[in-house]
Formats: sequence, structure tokens, C-alpha cells
Amino acid sequence: MSDKTVNKPSQSPWALFWRYLRRNKTAMTGGIILIVFYTLAFFAEFFAPYGMETQERSLFYCPPTRPHLIDSEGHLHLRPFVYGKILVDSKWRLYEDDTSKLYPIRLFPKGEAYRLFGLVPMERHLLGVENEGKLFLLGTDQFGRDVFSRLLFGARISLSVGLAGILISFFLGMLVGGISGYFGGITDTVIMRSTELVMSFPALYLILALRAAFPVNIPSDKMYMIIVVILSFISWASMSRIIRGMVLSIKENDYVTAARALGFGHMRVIVKHILPNTLSFVIVAATVSVPGYILGEVALSFLGVGIAEPVASWGNMLKQAQSVRTLTSFPWILAPGYVIFMTVLAFNFLGDGLRDALDPRKIMGA
Amino acid sequence: MKTYILRRLIHMIPLLLGITFFSFLIISLAPGDYLTAMSQNPQITAETIEGLRTKFGLDRPWYVQYGMWLWNALHLDFGYSFANQVPVFSLIKERMLNTFILAFSAALFAWGLSIPLGIVSAVRQNTWVDRSASFVAFLGLSIPEVFFALLMILFAARTGWFPVGGMKSIDFEYLSYGGQLLDLLYHLILPTIVLGSISMAGRMRQMRANLLDTLLQDYIQTARAKGLSERSVIYKHALRNAINPLITLFGFTLAHLLSGAFLVEVVMNWPGLGRLTLDALFTRDLYLVMGSLLMASVMLILGNLAADIMLAVTDPRIRYE
Repeated sequence: MSDKTVNKPSQSPWALFWRYLRRNKTAMTGGIILIVFYTLAFFAEFFAPYGMETQERSLFYCPPTRPHLIDSEGHLHLRPFVYGKILVDSKWRLYEDDTSKLYPIRLFPKGEAYRLFGLVPMERHLLGVENEGKLFLLGTDQFGRDVFSRLLFGARISLSVGLAGILISFFLGMLVGGISGYFGGITDTVIMRSTELVMSFPALYLILALRAAFPVNIPSDKMYMIIVVILSFISWASMSRIIRGMVLSIKENDYVTAARALGFGHMRVIVKHILPNTLSFVIVAATVSVPGYILGEVALSFLGVGIAEPVASWGNMLKQAQSVRTLTSFPWILAPGYVIFMTVLAFNFLGDGLRDALDPRKIMGA
Repeated sequence: MKTYILRRLIHMIPLLLGITFFSFLIISLAPGDYLTAMSQNPQITAETIEGLRTKFGLDRPWYVQYGMWLWNALHLDFGYSFANQVPVFSLIKERMLNTFILAFSAALFAWGLSIPLGIVSAVRQNTWVDRSASFVAFLGLSIPEVFFALLMILFAARTGWFPVGGMKSIDFEYLSYGGQLLDLLYHLILPTIVLGSISMAGRMRQMRANLLDTLLQDYIQTARAKGLSERSVIYKHALRNAINPLITLFGFTLAHLLSGAFLVEVVMNWPGLGRLTLDALFTRDLYLVMGSLLMASVMLILGNLAADIMLAVTDPRIRYE
């Protein structure tokens, strides 16, 4: 061993892990996209030009107002602007730019009043146009609501469902899997048979059957809880089976016997000595399973049994695209689809990178 | 091997009992039944409703209903659909066939593409071919089915090259057998792509990883040292070993696709089991829901069983006591 390696300060596994992750460009891209999305969702009131339920009834199915820099007479404007929209065909909802009306896009204009986090009263938004102008970055829906704003508010529900879901199902999965693997015997048999039962239902069929056990019309805050619980109920099973398998081998270690010999209780040994060893797997599994919950909410709301209007979620926004005529005439209502796609992609990028970075063989070899 | 298969089949019995019991429990928890909606109709008297309720046994406790349902189901009588007034089994039979057609075609699509793509990716590792194939696989793994299906519908509607949904053309009845087959295949193309792309991407990554693993083995080096052409090293020596685990996964893929077809069926109007189940859940058509839940689970279990058996047959290292 050369002096160089000896003098090198030893790095903790987490520091090594971070070093590997940072080198992985796709994983970092995924991570950054997710940070941006979650921030946008968190401060949705500020980033959205309009409120979630604000309707512009005369301007429904209005196409996106594209920001311009050069006006119809060829003059360059330093500040981007949008044109007003006029309806030219009310039957087919065809709009045209009204090039006589220019509305410059302003930073931090005063708009609808809101309360940030339900506490701080504010009326500034990130972007907006003044007077009669409208800034519809992604067009409007059937009620004349701004799709971009609803996308941000919908992100709150759709993005947090995943986090709330993995918290519950991973807590359950680790605990149940830990108990099952640690105690073995009849406890193990009973738990494993019940996981088999849950897993032998096709997921979406079971999700819908469970959903049917609740009334059809439920306020969306309660519905949100129900969706999280249902989706967690579907996923704890496979999680506990994997944790159980890991616990079976971990519990053979001497330090587990030592902990028992020191007189620690069973639950303490499971929670403090065994389960932490499964953590690197759990982190990767959690990251790659978040999209499952997001897609679960999308599926339920899309099928009309999830989050109900007027509250926005990516699933119920996509529901409007169900009719072929609406879809072909107003393709911008597919916007939530692109965003869901990007979110899932980002989670998969990040998950893949985490898997590589947490691979113990690589850390040992570093 | 025979005892293994037999044991697995016997193991299915308590599982199926559990599935039916659990499904019945969930559905009974739901408020109201099919007749509740009917009682809103002023043209139907309360006596008629009560009569029907007694006739269908809906006035008894749920466990008695479950016992009756189970007894009949053991005689292959899955009850009547309230809404359609036909035996549940005859409804499900046709829909299951449609779901099977779609899933099978998606499985073929996924496998037909993933294996050659995986091979090319592995053989030309880290070239632009590999990178773009891996990127496409990543996209395929991440695209939400609902969104993909909607994009395909948009594509079909804009270009007019494909039907925008459904399984048959209006004039299907008047076509010759060959014409009917072609019509079916024509309607099958887009749903197949949507349903198959996720499996395709997953299997491709697997095929690539397997082949790369195999190419590192000693016997490959030996084969190369013997002076065999690269072609025969890859296709005769490496590929046969790398492809083995994938073949056994065919059963899993099919089982996954059968149950995963739900959303594609609903969005693309494919008359499969998913669509039927959704409608039955909305109308609280109890026995129809039970029947389709049971059938969907049976398809999943049988698919997994077939995969396990194939695994046991092809891999002699696996010993089942």
C-alpha cells in the first residue's frame, strides 16, 4: 500500500455514496427535475398565474397564449408579450390572436389574493399580464380554467400521494417483514400467506374493488386519504416479502445474537439492529416505487372514482381527454400526461443512479 | 416434477378460497347494492324491489350470500348479472378471450422486439446503438399507459391510419373469415404497442444484462481462444445461455399483461375484462364483479404457475422438494 492511500482520509459510506451519485449525470438530472417539480407544487399559489378554480367562462378551450418578442409590425420588444385572444368560430372553438392588443408579461405582478400555505396573505404571482390580458401558458380547459395553473395545483395532490404512500407502506412492509423473518414459525406462515393473497389479485382490479367499498362522492381531502391507504395496502405485501428475505439472512449475524445476549427485547433488536441493514435497499426500492403511487392516483381519478372536480389532480385533468373529439381539437389538455411522463422518468433515472451508487460492491472497491 | 406441479395446484385451492372470500367481503362493505339504484325509479314499486331482493338473496347477511355463491361457483354456476340478465360466465368468457388476445399479442410484440434489441445492445455495448436503445427502453418503462394510449388515439385520429379504438369495424359481420381476421389485427396494432412497450423495455434491459454477463464467462474466452468466429461465439455459445432465464419469464410477462391490460382496454375501448369489471363496479353488479375479480386472479395465478413450471423444467439446478 502506498503512502498516498494511507494518508487519504477515510470517507464514510454516505460520503462515498454521494460522490458516486454526483458523478451520474442522468441520476442528477432526474433529481433536479424532481426538486423543481416539488418546489413548484409546494409554492403553487405563487408560481401559478391564476387560482385553481378561477374560470374565464368566455374563453373555454382557449389555446395556449404564446409569448412573443416581435410584434406583427416587426418591432422588437425587450419584454416578452402575449396577444389577446378572439373567438372566431364558436362551434369549433377556434381562436385567433388579436394582434392589436399587446400585453407584456410582468414579473411579480399583483393578481388574485391568496394565502401562502394558508397563512401568509399575498397577492403577487411569479408571472402575469395586466389589464384585460390573459396569460394561458398551456391553454384553458372546458370551463375556461388555466391548464398551467391547475397543473401546479394538481401536482400537489399527485406528487404527494407518492410520498405519503411510500411512508405508510414502507413502514408497514419493514415492520411486518421484520417480524415475519425474525420470529419465523407460525407468525411467518400467517403473514406470508396473507401477502400471497394480496399479491394474487391483479393490482388495478383490487384497487377498484377496494375503492368501490366507499361511497362514490367523497370530498377530495377524504378521497386523498382513501387513495393513499388503498395504494399502500396494495404495496406493503411485496415489500414485506423482500424485507423478510433479507432479515432471514441478517438475523444469523453474531451481533444479533450478541444484542439478544445483552438482554435487549425482540422489537428493539428488530428495529435497531436488523432493519437498519436493509436501508440501502429500502431507499432504492422507495424511489422506484413512487411512480406506482402517482400512476395509481392518475388511474383512479382518470376512471372517475378518484379526486373529484373542481379540485385539480393530474388524473382528473387527463380525464377530459377521454373523448376523441376533445382530444384532437384541443390537444393541450394532454399537458398533464407529459408532466406525469417526465415525473416517472425522473424517478426512474434517480432510482437507477441510487441503485448503482448504493451497490456495496462498488463502495467497497472504491 | 409431477409432485411439484401437483403440490402447486393444491396450494392454489386455499388461495382461491381466500380470494373469493376477501373479494366478497370488500364488495359487501360497499354501501347499497344494484337494487338501490333501481329503487330510485318511481316506476318500480317497493314490492317488486323487495321481491327481487329476496329472489337474489340480497336480504340475507353477507356470509350467507357468500356461502350460497361459493356453493354455486363450485358447480361452475357464477350467478346472473343483474344488469345484463345473462349468466355471468357467458359474459366473462367472451371478454376474457378478448383480453387474452390483446395480452398475447402484446407479449409477442414485447418478446419479438426485446430479444433482438437486447442482443444488439449487448454486442455493441456503449456504442450509439446501445445508448439509443437503452434510452428508448427507459422511455418505454416510464411512459404512463393512460397517456401513451391517449397519444396513440390522437395519432390515429390525426393520420386516419388506424382505428381510434374498439376491436371490430362496423361491417365486421359481413366480412369473410380472412377479412375478419385482418380487421381484428388492424384494430389490435395500437393497443398492442401501448400494452407491450413496458414489458418490451424491461425484457430488453434484462436480455442485454444477461448477455453481457454471459460474455464475461470463461467458456466464452475459451471459445474465442479456439479461434471461433465472433458470430458463432455470440450466437452459438453465449446467446443460448443468456436467453434461458428470459424464456421462462414468458409466463410472468403474459400473466402481468393479462391483468395489466385494464387501463389500455378502458382508454382504447377494447371490449375486454377490464371494461366489463369497471362497468360492473359502477352498477354494483355483485356477481359480475365477483366473477371478473376471480377470473382475473386465476389468470394471474396460472400465468405465474406456468412460469414457475417452465423454470423448473429448463433449469436443472433448481430442485423442488
